[in-house]
Amino acid sequence: MNIFEKLAYYLQFPFVQYALIVGVLTALCAALLGVPLVLKRYSFIGDGLSHVAFGGMAIAAVINLTDNLYLIMPLTVVVAVFLLSRGSRAKIKGDAAIAMLSVGALAFGYFLMNTFTVSSNIAGDVCTSLFGSTSILTLTTGDIILCSIMAVLVIAVYIVFYNKIFAVTFDADFMQATGMRSKAYEVLIAVVIAVVISLAMRLVGSLLTSALIVFPALSAMRIFKSFRSAVICSAAISVFCAVFGMLVSILWGTPVGATIVMTDIAVFALFYVGGMTIRRRV
Amino acid sequence: MTQLTVDGVSLGYDGNTIVRDLTFGVNNGDYLCIVGENGTGKSTLLKTLLGLHKQTAGTIGLGGGSKRAGFGYLPQQKDIQKDFPASVNEIVLSGCLSGCGLRPFYTKKEKALAAENLDKLGIAGLADRCYRELSGGQQQRVLLARALCAAKTMIFLDEPVAGLDPQATKEMYDTIFALNHDGGMTVVMVSHDISAAVEYASHILHIGKTSCFFGSSAEYARDFVRREGAL
Ligand SMILES: Nc1ncnc2c1ncn2[C@@H]1O[C@H](COP(=O)(O)OP(=O)(O)OP(=O)(O)O)[C@@H](O)[C@H]1O
Ligand SMILES: [Mg+2]
Repeated sequence: MNIFEKLAYYLQFPFVQYALIVGVLTALCAALLGVPLVLKRYSFIGDGLSHVAFGGMAIAAVINLTDNLYLIMPLTVVVAVFLLSRGSRAKIKGDAAIAMLSVGALAFGYFLMNTFTVSSNIAGDVCTSLFGSTSILTLTTGDIILCSIMAVLVIAVYIVFYNKIFAVTFDADFMQATGMRSKAYEVLIAVVIAVVISLAMRLVGSLLTSALIVFPALSAMRIFKSFRSAVICSAAISVFCAVFGMLVSILWGTPVGATIVMTDIAVFALFYVGGMTIRRRV
Repeated sequence: MTQLTVDGVSLGYDGNTIVRDLTFGVNNGDYLCIVGENGTGKSTLLKTLLGLHKQTAGTIGLGGGSKRAGFGYLPQQKDIQKDFPASVNEIVLSGCLSGCGLRPFYTKKEKALAAENLDKLGIAGLADRCYRELSGGQQQRVLLARALCAAKTMIFLDEPVAGLDPQATKEMYDTIFALNHDGGMTVVMVSHDISAAVEYASHILHIGKTSCFFGSSAEYARDFVRREGAL
């Protein structure tokens, strides 16, 4: 069998199709949010949140929750709102607080899983939640529906509030001064990011989630010079990398999350070099 | 009609007071210039009037049906990141946002307003350029165009002519004056250009290190400037 026959063979299976749909939707959401996330200097928040999501996953595993999204999503949303609303007036500086939170959540999660779980393969479970796994291929119909609904919701919110997201990212003070509730939009961004992170965790695992969010945005920003083009390009890159990474991992049995992120990194390298040559020529 | 009343307001950061007990009012159609040396608290006052900074004492009242949604603002410090991908058009349009409410997209009218303000400031040719690749003076004009898009009742300008060439400075003063005189827009402007302030403004607020002055620009020219020999 050559590669294409093999691919056609795998693509017949509904679980592979589902995985691709969920993967594409997740990657799309992650890339859309990635642009404001990077520009608002929230990257570290995204990273911290994904570790919190790992803690949530551990709790879900211990209490034997069948669908851990119901626990992880509210948890990350609450932490995201908390992190942002403390704002700049907090005495413990933002990045230190987040570092504390993220390593704390990691330790807590690992401790829980090791101590209380009944599973026989703890190392495997931990590895899966940190780096993602083939779990994307074992999604139930319920999973897929929930994932798709959340993803469509995220995209709808993004489109409806697109102009506000731009404004609050570019200059929150101006927005506030002209009578708009910039704080509310910042919280909205944080909530949506938390939702995206809990979705993306299934695809690439909690340690790699922020890569999925940050890399496409950074790549797009090397070349594109308006917000809209950067957002569109970021989305396109992310979808391409997700599909490419998933197909590669299906064909050659490589780990899904890492393969997608490696593809994202390769594209970033390409755009980095491309951006430099363009800049040199002008 | 009074649009803005400032009553016994003190300003400061982290417990240090920089301006004490300021009282003045801004009426519909006024042109108020705020002058004073570097670091006396002019920008801080503007931010406080706009609700970006909290006063340490006193009250600030919005009156006469003015809402923040009709305010335009040109900040002095632009802590906008170097690598932000944003076109001039996107930025200027974002000035129209306060009139949008929950509507997700800009109307034709808002796009026309943005184009008109780009034209007014002589940067129509830059509409599709990337903001971060413009010169300082060009960036200043872009943010001014954004402020003009947002301003319906009042416009707050923090050193609008800083970084502009003499020709552009003259045009800027004329634009602001026309906005105030013909458009009935209330203007609150921070400036170091005292002669222009006396010439164009209706009122002047001088924030000094020790004392403050508030009155009409004619009074200011007569009493204060002569005493200080600043003109
Ligand atoms: N974020 C801040 N934190 C603490 N102190 C500040 C802060 N911003 C300004 N200050 C202090 O408040 C005082 C007033 O600053 P402000 O920017 O209002 O001055 P200004 O009158 O606008 O000066 P300039 O003419 O240079 O623009 C200054 O002494 C400054 O050191
Ligand atoms: Mg100032």
